[in-house]
Amino acid sequence: MSLAIPSWRGAREAGPPLLPESATDASITAMIADPVLRGSAGRGWWIAMACAAPLALITVIAIARLFWSGIGLFGINATVVWGIPIANYVWWIGIGNAGTLISALLLLTRQQWRASINRFAEAMTLFAVCIAGLFPILHLGRPLYFYWLAPYPNTMTLWPQWRSALVWDFWAILSYLLFSIVFFYVGLIPDLAAFRDRSVSRRGRVIYGAFALGWRGSARQWRLHNVFYMAMAAIAVPLVCSVHSIVGLDFAASLMPGWQETIFPPYFVVGAMFSGFAMVVLLAAAIRWGFGFQNVLTVRHFEAMALIILASSLIMTLSYATEWFSGWYGGQAAERGEIAFAFAGAYAPLFWLQLVCNCVAPQILWWPRMRRNISALIAVSLAILAGMWFERILIIWNTLSHGYLPSMRRLFVPTLEDWLLLIAPLSLFAMLFLIFLRLLPAISIHEMRQLRHERSRP
Amino acid sequence: MTRALVAEFDDADRFIAALKVSRAEGLEPVDALMPFHIPEAAKFLAGRSPPIRLIMAIAGFGMAILAYALQWYSAVVAYPIDSGGRPLNSWPIFVLVPFEVGILAASIAGFIAFIVGSGLPRLHHPLFAYPGIERTTQDRFFVLVARGDSDDADDRARRILFEAGAVSIGACEA
Repeated sequence: MSLAIPSWRGAREAGPPLLPESATDASITAMIADPVLRGSAGRGWWIAMACAAPLALITVIAIARLFWSGIGLFGINATVVWGIPIANYVWWIGIGNAGTLISALLLLTRQQWRASINRFAEAMTLFAVCIAGLFPILHLGRPLYFYWLAPYPNTMTLWPQWRSALVWDFWAILSYLLFSIVFFYVGLIPDLAAFRDRSVSRRGRVIYGAFALGWRGSARQWRLHNVFYMAMAAIAVPLVCSVHSIVGLDFAASLMPGWQETIFPPYFVVGAMFSGFAMVVLLAAAIRWGFGFQNVLTVRHFEAMALIILASSLIMTLSYATEWFSGWYGGQAAERGEIAFAFAGAYAPLFWLQLVCNCVAPQILWWPRMRRNISALIAVSLAILAGMWFERILIIWNTLSHGYLPSMRRLFVPTLEDWLLLIAPLSLFAMLFLIFLRLLPAISIHEMRQLRHERSRP
Repeated sequence: MTRALVAEFDDADRFIAALKVSRAEGLEPVDALMPFHIPEAAKFLAGRSPPIRLIMAIAGFGMAILAYALQWYSAVVAYPIDSGGRPLNSWPIFVLVPFEVGILAASIAGFIAFIVGSGLPRLHHPLFAYPGIERTTQDRFFVLVARGDSDDADDRARRILFEAGAVSIGACEA
């Protein structure tokens, strides 16, 4: 059983290459650009769009309904004051964190298989963070006043409460979203220029040309581009860790049993990477199938991602165990009661399902054959995405339904609005991603060329 | 505006070798265009670049200090709230927002430095009129060498570039 991370060097020595031997700069460009610039969308794309768009519209309807009637539409009550929107927020921001983290970490560690996945992983980040950012606003009692989170000169002479987790979230999401847009766009500029020069229509040349800003590919531009991109990657990693740590602090800074734990910030960061890689596997499989990118999204790429998923699963399992142990070892009745409630209370079936999805299912990836089996990997990824959502919702439900005061204990019952805002944003995400695939290169063309160049060198 | 000879290459190694030979032979490479980043190429060209990382660091730390000062002013001076006897200047909590906005400011400052330093946005450049130059974003490499004072000097430069493996050579204003 081989567990070595397939490094570039290793990939050259053993196993199929990350790029076909016959690939040239021209063939790489044509392969990635032409389906977008010259090909039609294809039946698969239209079917996916036809499924996603109406459901995405439901997101808008659900939000309009919520703004009209208020948060009483949710299943929250005076005990369980947070519900599915907050779990969705944490889940989506986790997916959103992963794209930039994956892209930046793999760049800094010089993992050359990154070139095939970083672009769409970053796009995934942008869409997921946009969706995530909606939920705290939707969960506000008076969402029209969300801008009170920002300090601005006002006639009420009020200031934000800087000690509030809501204010941290506001700045974390805003900073992260804008940062991710810059990171994504900078990486895209040379490819936009490639699209400008390859576009067959005048409209394409004008639009891609405007966004390419007049990129010429001069040595000076490339040098600055590289310096800036590497610097962005270096600061992206602490930013990503801090953003999800802040989400962890939303819980950990409280006094509730099961939440007030120092392990939360790092455990949330690993959870983000875990669910994010699962989403990247799904998107990679879809792109590979849809565009016929078998040559550049190889089984080796999936194998590398499978190994990271496996490692993350082990860390998650350890985190769960640490959480239970510290709850038990602390000796407080409320903490112990909350853990017992998780294992055997009203939500226990979901909790056990969470453990199966996050801790047990990924263990099949110890077998190399499973890591190379894309169908198996898709199944594991779906399990992880579901398992991580169960984790997010159970963090909220278990603690709030089993607080300090037994007379206040109540359960959460989801309503139609909860279900709509759970399912419909998935379609919104799918729709945004489908539009991305039709407008921009899903794989970084210039990095693939660079990969080919480095491979051809002795 | 520099009058330049444009030599086209179809191979990265020949392109780098041509830059090296041009310098060695006393030609003056003014620009080099390529479809992906080759770190060696910039070594053969003159010109200075803005210190992007320094600019990012100054912007990042500057913004972080500003954000902390804003929190301190609002929480201690403008709108003090006694929350369970906690210090008004709750510094362990007040570092979160400066950290986030500091990194954001660093990224935006770095982006501006990159754009300005790269001479962008410049949607039209005289070089774009050169036939075939669009392949620089696809699969071709171009070396631009400043033209000499005489036809003899140009002929010599052309010969050197052809010998280095150029597939075509022309002239343009860059």
